[in-house]
Amino acid sequence: MPSFVMPTPRRADGHASPAAVSTVGLRKSYGDKTVLDGIDLRIPAGSVFALLGPNGAGKTTTVQILSTLITADGGQAQVAGHDIATSPDGVRAAIGVTGQFSAVDGLITGEENMLLMADLHHLSRREGRRTAAELLQRFDLVEAAKKPASTYSGGMKRRLDIAMTLVGNPRIIFLDEPTTGLDPRSRHNMWQIIRELVSDGVTVFLTTQYLEEADQLADRIAVLDDGRIAAEGTAAELKRLIPGGHVRLRFSDPSAYQSAALALREVTRDDEALSLQIPSDGSQRELRSILDRLDSAGIEADELTVHTPDLDDVFFALTGGTDQPKEAVR
Amino acid sequence: MSSLSLAVRDSSTMLRRNLLHARRYPSLTLNLLLTPIVLLLLFVYIFGDVMSAGMGGGADRSAYIAYLVPGILMMTIGGTVVGTAVSVSNDMTEGIIARFRTMAIHRGSVLIGHVVGSVLQSVASVVLVGAVAVAIGFRSTDATALEWLAAFGLMALVALALTWIAVGMGMVSPNAEAASNNALPLIVLPLVSSAFVPVHAMPGWFQPIAEYQPFTPAIETLRGLLLGTGIGNNGWLAVAWCLALSALGYFWSKAVFNRDPK
Repeated sequence: MPSFVMPTPRRADGHASPAAVSTVGLRKSYGDKTVLDGIDLRIPAGSVFALLGPNGAGKTTTVQILSTLITADGGQAQVAGHDIATSPDGVRAAIGVTGQFSAVDGLITGEENMLLMADLHHLSRREGRRTAAELLQRFDLVEAAKKPASTYSGGMKRRLDIAMTLVGNPRIIFLDEPTTGLDPRSRHNMWQIIRELVSDGVTVFLTTQYLEEADQLADRIAVLDDGRIAAEGTAAELKRLIPGGHVRLRFSDPSAYQSAALALREVTRDDEALSLQIPSDGSQRELRSILDRLDSAGIEADELTVHTPDLDDVFFALTGGTDQPKEAVR
Repeated sequence: MSSLSLAVRDSSTMLRRNLLHARRYPSLTLNLLLTPIVLLLLFVYIFGDVMSAGMGGGADRSAYIAYLVPGILMMTIGGTVVGTAVSVSNDMTEGIIARFRTMAIHRGSVLIGHVVGSVLQSVASVVLVGAVAVAIGFRSTDATALEWLAAFGLMALVALALTWIAVGMGMVSPNAEAASNNALPLIVLPLVSSAFVPVHAMPGWFQPIAEYQPFTPAIETLRGLLLGTGIGNNGWLAVAWCLALSALGYFWSKAVFNRDPK
């Protein structure tokens, strides 16, 4: 288990700013398998929160519980000031959910899907038509509006899905892996959509397995691993947890590699790949000193890369990923 | 909004959705109509003479048409609700149901929409199959307006009862194939009822199977209303079966729907 878990703010001291979502000790298990093992979260209204974790970490389960789709086995949660167990309809009236698997009715057209949502939000006929037309326009679905949703591409389905979620003007939006399975262009479109939501003052609860996505969008990030919050904080705070910055030098000539290893101090050697790793913050001064030493020894590296700690390092270190060399987990 | 008007409004929205599905994809509904129509034509034109001879009392083919049609109409309802089980099962696997569950709408509206839609479809199917029956010579003898009304009421009640059972079957079926298998009894039961031959003409050991099941009293009652044959206890039995099946299907479906989805 990771040893550097940052304390999560408790609800007891959280009266100052209103929380859109707060949970204490949320638990859920299916049979013998514990999916959530005591989740504590506090998400201020108007912010973007990303729940980051590998597949099977419990991200979707967390969203399903907070959006009242399934019930928790233990713990408490409040969403928009309503308790999920005692006042689920209060929660439902304040939230919008876009799940991992598109929640659109494939048998009817995009426009009919929108009008269905308008009816279920009890908008008047005129109001419903206006809202549907506006959102179809905003999400670039006007041309496809009269076609069955089952014929839409992945990106279009996801846009329709979010458009449907927005019909009721939710104050809190849950987006469960909103970009999983999308091509790069659709992914960037989706990011833009999420940024626009935030500028409208909506609280966004996002789950993702993409670190870049959390880094791009979220004010605060929690890393979920094996049903527990392994770390929580801003992207910068999380990166500070890991001393992952280094300069990497790669050689093709074994003798140059050997002499470089001698010339530089504090190196981590990789004899097979003929590469050296030197701890560094990536600053100009440190880089120059490395280059100076190589120059004075008359050594030329084939490749030099500067690696600053990113969320990948944090992620792999915290979630016990196997893709990273062991020494990263200190 | 009061909870009753919320229920009515959301349920009618869901009903519109289901009718839209049925209108957009009529093939499922129409396919289900084929079975009763084919059986009707088969038993009248191919087996008709044998069947009427077997009924005794000098019955001819037109007498057998009269005997057969009420059973075929009930069978039509059974077939239509198999489609309901399939579409409920399909629907429950769709992401949109998860969306409905996270919205502040009347909880039961999804199921009520299916049920009302299915009853309306059953009535429409009965009218279509009935029209075929009339076209090949079925005539009601001396049924009054009140008896016609009661006949339609009975068929709507049977449709309601079988629909709730079919909704339950659809809810517990993981996919459309399983749903159509699970709903098979709704097709088979009319075959082993008094739809094609009178119960007393069946082998003795089989008679209880034909006698003690919902289709036989319902069919006998419909015959009585349309053809003036004796109804006896069958009227009450049919209503009791319908109420019991409706209640069973309703509580079953509701319990399954309120469970956490997988």
